[in-house]
Amino acid sequence: MFKNLMSWIEYRMPFMEKMNLHVMQYPAPKNFNFWYFFGSLAMLVLVNQIVTGIWLTMNFVPTAEGAFASVEYIMRDVEYGWLLRYMHSTGASAFFVVVYLHMFRGMMYGSYQKPRELLWIFGMLIFLVLMAEAFMGYLLPWGQMSFWGAQVIISIFGVIPGIGEDLTLWIRGDYVISGATLNRFFALHVIALPLVLVILVFLHIIALHEVGSNNPDGIDVKRPNDGQTYENNVSDKFKFHEYFTKGGKKIIVDAIPFHPYYTVKDIVGVVGFLIAFCAVIFFVPEGGGFFLEPPNFEPANPMKTPEHIAPVWYFTPFYAILRAVPDQLFGAIFMFAAIVLLALLPWIDRCHVRSVRYRSTLHKLNLVNFVISFIVLGVLGVLPATPTYTLIAQIASVAYFGFFGLLWWYSKNEKTKPLPVRLS
Amino acid sequence: MLKQLFSVLALVASSAALAAGGPAVKLDKAPIDLYNKESLQNGARLFQNYCLGCHQMEYQRYSRTFRDLGIPDEVGMETLAFGAKKVGDHIKNAAPKADLAKWFGAAPPDLTNVARVRGPDWLYTYLRSFYVDPTRPFGVNNTVFPLVGMPHVLQELQGIPYKRVEKQMIDGVEHEVTIIEADGTGELSKEEYDRAVADLVNYLEYTGEPSKLESHSLGIKVMIFLFIFFILAFLLKKEYWKDVH
Repeated sequence: MFKNLMSWIEYRMPFMEKMNLHVMQYPAPKNFNFWYFFGSLAMLVLVNQIVTGIWLTMNFVPTAEGAFASVEYIMRDVEYGWLLRYMHSTGASAFFVVVYLHMFRGMMYGSYQKPRELLWIFGMLIFLVLMAEAFMGYLLPWGQMSFWGAQVIISIFGVIPGIGEDLTLWIRGDYVISGATLNRFFALHVIALPLVLVILVFLHIIALHEVGSNNPDGIDVKRPNDGQTYENNVSDKFKFHEYFTKGGKKIIVDAIPFHPYYTVKDIVGVVGFLIAFCAVIFFVPEGGGFFLEPPNFEPANPMKTPEHIAPVWYFTPFYAILRAVPDQLFGAIFMFAAIVLLALLPWIDRCHVRSVRYRSTLHKLNLVNFVISFIVLGVLGVLPATPTYTLIAQIASVAYFGFFGLLWWYSKNEKTKPLPVRLS
Repeated sequence: MLKQLFSVLALVASSAALAAGGPAVKLDKAPIDLYNKESLQNGARLFQNYCLGCHQMEYQRYSRTFRDLGIPDEVGMETLAFGAKKVGDHIKNAAPKADLAKWFGAAPPDLTNVARVRGPDWLYTYLRSFYVDPTRPFGVNNTVFPLVGMPHVLQELQGIPYKRVEKQMIDGVEHEVTIIEADGTGELSKEEYDRAVADLVNYLEYTGEPSKLESHSLGIKVMIFLFIFFILAFLLKKEYWKDVH
């Protein structure tokens, strides 16, 4: 009966065929380490955001008059409303945690290098849309920090010469942040941007499966079938989809089927992640004031500016760059450049060795420099801009941009270590 | 590596707390215990008697408070809910809002979430830091919230508080220490007053996040489930990966 149904479907839509191609017979390198959990975790968080978001909209009132009270209604009067809301608010921060780690994985193992440039670009687009999605979502509870944070970020667009003022007016839909802004941000946050996100994630995965997954050694698992033999090749035990072997023209080395090997492994990662995630949801949902900021428990008040306005933690590295530059326009340009340069990594890095394991000491130090400057900027973005902090932010900004400059300079003729033939 | 990360995070957290315009006055730790129903009930009683005249809890309902504090609806409606018609009503007053703003210089803020905005330690210290200052409209000032527009509504409990500055040696360095002491005309002793304020702050901490009563007990169950799940998931992975290794 079930078999008949499956073949009825298969005849009309190649369901099992696609499942084999992308899941059961997809060759994944056998040496994925800890860093490779974050892609699947990002998908999990996306699903969490969409599902909890749907339930939140059932009781949320997207008006300036009703938004704050409706969030409190969800927190107090809706059964498990607090759980849905904390899953969603913690999920926003968790999304950036896993995405930042996922991106850093790509940087460590050169996953952006040829032929994965487009895959990286899709990833950067996801990152951009995610930032817009998070920013608009943060306005919705209509608390003090929602209002004033949005005020600060929207005003950044005002520094663009000529069109700046009109552009901020167009974004807000009003001369100040108002109910009109809240309504449009709600529409974009719950429909437009999630739709774009899902499509981009789909394209990200299609692009990934076309070029294949990179791995911590940065060498290919799909090799030309030129008669070379590989001893103890674990891949010999498994059947892979002929799409990947190109009808025998390619040989698969040291890769295993994604399912069941990485599905069971990712379950371990998922549960490990959930332990941390649930610890926050149930015991410290405010995340020490970083996931939900204390002033945001006060309704938005356009007449009363909070003592200290800081964007949510995931924007602070870029916010610190913005503030570090004395000129507003150039500050905005540098902030934008900080993201664009990341997107251009496939062309900035001219080395042909992917993994940090086989690259020069200089490259390793440069990566450390990137991490330190990014974290320092993130910390400074939370703090008020005192002269000392601004100086440190300027130094860290130079270090951040220096990463890209140095990389471009030394990667052309980098002294790399010999690549292994087999995955470790 | 992870340890370093945590120490960096701890540094961020502490410096962010400083950056949040930390008050000049050192805050006392509020003795919060959300599972002490008696304390919560006393806090609710104090709130209804001393705060509700001007402040509201427009997001919290009587029914929810009664349920969580273990007060039968009929008892609660009779003894606590002044002016409320239905048990499902929000905890509101009938004070003229525009006049309140005129009288006190600013509208008295809603107190449902005040413990989440200010933190319980701030509230606990604030309510014990009023002192006589004849230059102020209501004759009192506050060391935690200088020039506050609020009168010292708990004065009949505390007595009339006077401030004095004393020089004290702390770790071999001379410090100026501000001491606030009541004149003993209040209904409560110093310890009793501190206890009463603690109960009130405990209640405000509860109203800020009523779900805490539920989330902690549910959270423990979820964590236990996840730890068991983690072990099973790990064993399952190990079993499957025998083919690979």
